[in-house]
Amino acid sequence: MRVTPELRPSSASFLREQRSVIPLPGKTIAEKIFSAHSGTDAHAGDIVVADVDFVMGQDGTSPLAIRALERMGVEKVFDPAKVALVMDHSSPSPIEGVSALHTIMREFGKKTGAKIYDVGCGVCHQLIPEAGHVVPGDLMVGCDSHTCTYGAVNVFSTGVGSTDGAAAMASGKLWFKVPDSMKVTYEGALQPGVFSKDLILYLAGQIGADGATYEAIEFHGAVIDELSVDARMTISNMAIEVGAKAGLMKADAKTLAWYAGRGERVPAPVDPDADAVYAKSLTFDATAIGPQIAKPHAVDNVSPIEEVVGTPIAQGYLGTCTNGRLEDLKIAADILRGKKVHADVRFIVAAASKQIFLDAMEAGYIRDLVEAGAIIVTPGCGPCVGTHNGVPSDGENVISTANRNFKGRMGNSNAFVYLGSPATVAASVIEGKITDPRKYFG
Amino acid sequence: MKFSGTTHKYGRDIDTDVIIPARYLNTSIPEELAKHCMEDLDAGFVGKVQPGDILVAEENFGCGSSREHAPISIKAAGVSVIIAKSFARIFYRNAINTGLPIMESPEAVDAISDGDLLSVDADTGTITNETTGASFQAQPFPPFIKDMIEQGGLVESVKQKLLR
Repeated sequence: MRVTPELRPSSASFLREQRSVIPLPGKTIAEKIFSAHSGTDAHAGDIVVADVDFVMGQDGTSPLAIRALERMGVEKVFDPAKVALVMDHSSPSPIEGVSALHTIMREFGKKTGAKIYDVGCGVCHQLIPEAGHVVPGDLMVGCDSHTCTYGAVNVFSTGVGSTDGAAAMASGKLWFKVPDSMKVTYEGALQPGVFSKDLILYLAGQIGADGATYEAIEFHGAVIDELSVDARMTISNMAIEVGAKAGLMKADAKTLAWYAGRGERVPAPVDPDADAVYAKSLTFDATAIGPQIAKPHAVDNVSPIEEVVGTPIAQGYLGTCTNGRLEDLKIAADILRGKKVHADVRFIVAAASKQIFLDAMEAGYIRDLVEAGAIIVTPGCGPCVGTHNGVPSDGENVISTANRNFKGRMGNSNAFVYLGSPATVAASVIEGKITDPRKYFG
Repeated sequence: MKFSGTTHKYGRDIDTDVIIPARYLNTSIPEELAKHCMEDLDAGFVGKVQPGDILVAEENFGCGSSREHAPISIKAAGVSVIIAKSFARIFYRNAINTGLPIMESPEAVDAISDGDLLSVDADTGTITNETTGASFQAQPFPPFIKDMIEQGGLVESVKQKLLR
């Protein structure tokens, strides 16, 4: 890792104070998006009130937002076409309490005209970009911490709590502190059997769970340019795991091609200026990075896979807003085709959306996975948040493609969750122990 | 606002999943959420916390999920104020929005042990460890946030703006 302390935040704020005296340098993606949405010349450290292009909530957080709107005395949302509520965290409902929350959401949708994605549609962080609700250059907030996912398509998207979400649903505006930015560059090339998940786990291991707190990360470099949009989303999705407010990437030809046929909105890509000021710049050589594993019970407790190979597992999980996309299902299907999941392992799979489920069926990946022994559950968050669909038993180890392995995350505080790429999970469920996937990439 | 109470001290990176596990998010009633507060980290917490007690933690308190149920459950469990070396970004906003006082003071955290009796003046930012006699000054809120708190929080401030 090379660290370039171009300008510390304190010197950036010094420059801000001197802006009338010294011409300011260029802007980061975050500063440009906040300038455009607040009608101000926004720089890191400024507090702005900005217009949001979209607001989203899920079934864990929306009921509290609806209640906050009631307390505000608000009967309608600022623009029904710019608000969506998604039932994905406990979907279909596993318990009557959640059923009641789902009813509150459906009734809110009928009353306000906000878009409702009901059970089975998929995970919010796949649905929102997939439907074209947000496009490059947008600013949006979601009542879910992994809202940072759409940074991969050049949207400044960030997670907020329910009361902040309610304020944005009511007014179409929210206050923000314009964040300092950290520039993370991946040079070199990914080696066979190594994936974008390994890159972001590696970063978490390097800078820790609060390594980018209050900052926006900008991801750059030849390796990012080479990745598909699916693979880029895996990286931006986990920006929050190092505390970041957003995980932004430039929009390129691949991004714009990905948007073809996804609604009427016109992308307005935002590039950083060449002389933008970053609080910190980190450069990694991806060529030297192998498969990575986050060990229990912290996402930054990361090791190269060699250190944990052979750890027995009782359950594997492929899915989530991190790794439940078509490319992820393909990677796993390619490894598992014609093979069998180990007799002592339950292998649970959830596509990130109904569309991905259909596409994976069409491509034959679902058949490959089921024939190998996988259990397919409803598109949604499923076992990742521990509400249903595969709560592990006491003492069991799980290998998962999710983004979090906190104690109790999958519903049992006496279980142990390891995080890895879809290839690592697929290779591991065959052998019943954590397995280096590079053997399948000769 | 002045608080005094016994310290319950925890480590760094206390995530919202251990503060209130997702399996209990089938309700948004504060008293119900309070019953499971900190359960996956310290199953004895709910049994020992007294009204007015103070949570003290190292860096990055409240990291992870955006669930507002986390500050709601801590407040409903009786905690008067959280003092940490730093807070995760979303939790920081959620605590302000739900009316749970929070203070950042690395020096105070280093000088407070589990079980110490503290008194806190949230208006001046003064933290006094009554057990040791040491006193500390927390970082003040930025003026924008102070104004919002004075208006009665985000709900009130939106209400006032929309009615105007």
